Amino acid sequence: MEYEPRPGRVRKPIGWSTIIIAALVAVSAGLVWRRDGTDGVLDILTHDLSLFGGILPRVLAGCLLGAFISEILPHEKVSRALGPKSGLKGLLIGTAFGAILPGGPFTAYPVASALLAVGADFGATIAMVVSWTLIGYGRAVAWEIPIMGTDFTLWRIVISLPLPVLAGSLGRFVHVRLYPKPAAKDDET
Amino acid sequence: MSAALLIDILLWGSVFGVGLIAFRRGPPVFKASLREGSMDFINIVPRIALGVIGSGYIAAIIPQEAITGWLGPDSGWLGVATAVVAGAATPGGPVIGFSIGTVALKSGGGVPQVVAYVVAWALFAFQRVILWEIPFMPARFVWFRCAVSVPFPFVAAAIAMVIGKP
Repeated sequence: MEYEPRPGRVRKPIGWSTIIIAALVAVSAGLVWRRDGTDGVLDILTHDLSLFGGILPRVLAGCLLGAFISEILPHEKVSRALGPKSGLKGLLIGTAFGAILPGGPFTAYPVASALLAVGADFGATIAMVVSWTLIGYGRAVAWEIPIMGTDFTLWRIVISLPLPVLAGSLGRFVHVRLYPKPAAKDDET
Repeated sequence: MSAALLIDILLWGSVFGVGLIAFRRGPPVFKASLREGSMDFINIVPRIALGVIGSGYIAAIIPQEAITGWLGPDSGWLGVATAVVAGAATPGGPVIGFSIGTVALKSGGGVPQVVAYVVAWALFAFQRVILWEIPFMPARFVWFRCAVSVPFPFVAAAIAMVIGKP
């Protein structure tokens, strides 16, 4: 068995974004308390706690999905299919992958991160993330259709169809010029 | 069957599917990825907790009229630009974002402006970027992705202007 454990991903400690959010939350909670009193604060807290409880299992599913995918995808194949030299096909694969990926942000971002780690380039990963957010069915079915109506949603999705590939090509175009790195090791052709 | 249940089934079905593939590669592969995934989960939970539990408070203090008021009809490209900023600045989850879009449509907002709003919200809602995208992805990628995405709400509005209403 020639299996070598992948080196663990470096995990970020509490960063500045967490601190900003924490400050924003504290200020907002203070304002709610001043406006609506303790009851107002507790109402929101109980509602959001139940929301949190509902989301947790999905976060776990997303983390596991990301970890399994980065473990089972062969690096050479991914960097060929989704790497910097994958052309339009790579962007289309990224788009298709983002569109069919189940779940919400708790799956999309761990999986996108896994793809980056195993050899996808910024362009294909951007196509995937943008496709997930704009034409993925998860949010459309769960939220957009019930709230905005089927007509608007389908029409909005049709308008969005070209955007992931365009965003991915722009990303790849800019990235190559901003970071003109020497070709990756598996690039010699 | 509710949409949420369907999504959960698909989600866990996918986890099971890739888990099975990993297991067939051998127990070390399976165990290593199980450990990686669990560690990711443990590390991410405090941040998710802060965001989810805190977002209700942020949403409660931002008046929704302040956002919908900007998306009037005949507001043209200035209205589209305002919609993009409003989409990025909208706090809270999908319920709030789409509700604001609906209110804007019903109160006479222009269709291209509302499309720009919804697309901008999907691409850059600050809360999703900070709460989900940055914890899970390299920050360098996230900022790059956001910068590259800036033109696309405008592109969507332009397409909406060309092909007309739904």
